[in-house]
Amino acid sequence: MSRSLWVAAAACLASAGLVAAPRDARLSGFEFMSRQTQALQHDDALNPGMLWVAEGEHLWRRKGGAGAPACADCHGEAATRMRGVAARYPAFDADSQRPIDLAQRINMCRQQRQQAAPWAAESAELLGLSTYVAHQSRGLPMAPDPDPRLQAFRDNGRRLYSKRIGQLDLSCAQCHDGLAGQRLGGSPIPQAHPTGYPLYRLEWQTLGSLQRRLRSCMTGVRAEPFDYGAPELIELELFLAERARDMPVETPAVRP
Amino acid sequence: MARALIHLPPAPKRGEVMEIRTLIAHPMESGFRVDSQGRLRAQDLIRRFTCRFNGELVFSAELFAAIAGNPYIAFHLVAEEGGTLSFSWEGDNGFAQSETITLELA
Repeated sequence: MSRSLWVAAAACLASAGLVAAPRDARLSGFEFMSRQTQALQHDDALNPGMLWVAEGEHLWRRKGGAGAPACADCHGEAATRMRGVAARYPAFDADSQRPIDLAQRINMCRQQRQQAAPWAAESAELLGLSTYVAHQSRGLPMAPDPDPRLQAFRDNGRRLYSKRIGQLDLSCAQCHDGLAGQRLGGSPIPQAHPTGYPLYRLEWQTLGSLQRRLRSCMTGVRAEPFDYGAPELIELELFLAERARDMPVETPAVRP
Repeated sequence: MARALIHLPPAPKRGEVMEIRTLIAHPMESGFRVDSQGRLRAQDLIRRFTCRFNGELVFSAELFAAIAGNPYIAFHLVAEEGGTLSFSWEGDNGFAQSETITLELA
């Protein structure tokens, strides 16, 4: 009798502990979408991003220029060898002493190991291969590169995130921290967690990278956007990845 | 990039209604949009989708400018025997893509 009471009390404490634990107030952009758009992301037969995953899988096995190896020849099966890799990017590159994102890493491999020309930003090939690699981390928590040399770059990303820019004189933080959950015109303002990139935007009618998203936000506040691959964009990516630490990767996500 | 994804039910049965779902990569450029320089972008559409089962036409669709990029087309089929499903998409600028899938029934 006393034993069963004790068990019940312990169970109560355990459940109280669960409730009392600080709940993560961070929400993926997924939570701000309509149920229909959520269904589009959840079903791989519907999710148009899976077309880029298929393209990426094809490129993963395709030989490089002039008899150079395919990605699969060195890295092996992406499902095991690339699992968790994208969740870590942007990562520190020892050669350039700078952070690089996944797309830059792919292009670097392409130039150094495959003796081939780098792919252009937002090309179907680069998006396909980065989506395929990032897809292998789907469901895993975002786990930013712990290299201490990244700290200065990450701090600069944080500074850029809260710096007012453009003719509208707005910073990222003003909308995505201060007004998240409210609406801009008809669209909900999400919390800006980059967990699903590269992702399929219904507005774009295609798949795009996080840099494309950041650039169109900059155009939105009437600022001159940074070029693709600019250090500032990588630093912003780095800061956003840290901000979304432990949130599950969704690639390829769908957004309205 | 021209890729298509086709999904069949995991274990289709003889005589049972099954849903076939297709997705194809295509911009479906409507011909009404302008590029960053203000020039009209040329229309580029998939015009027709057909599915044949053992050579017999079982489903077809005409597509128009109001259909979104990377069109998803799903339809139902009842098959009494196994065979070959062949899918084809045809469109502007000589666009033509076809896929075939072997259908095995339980």
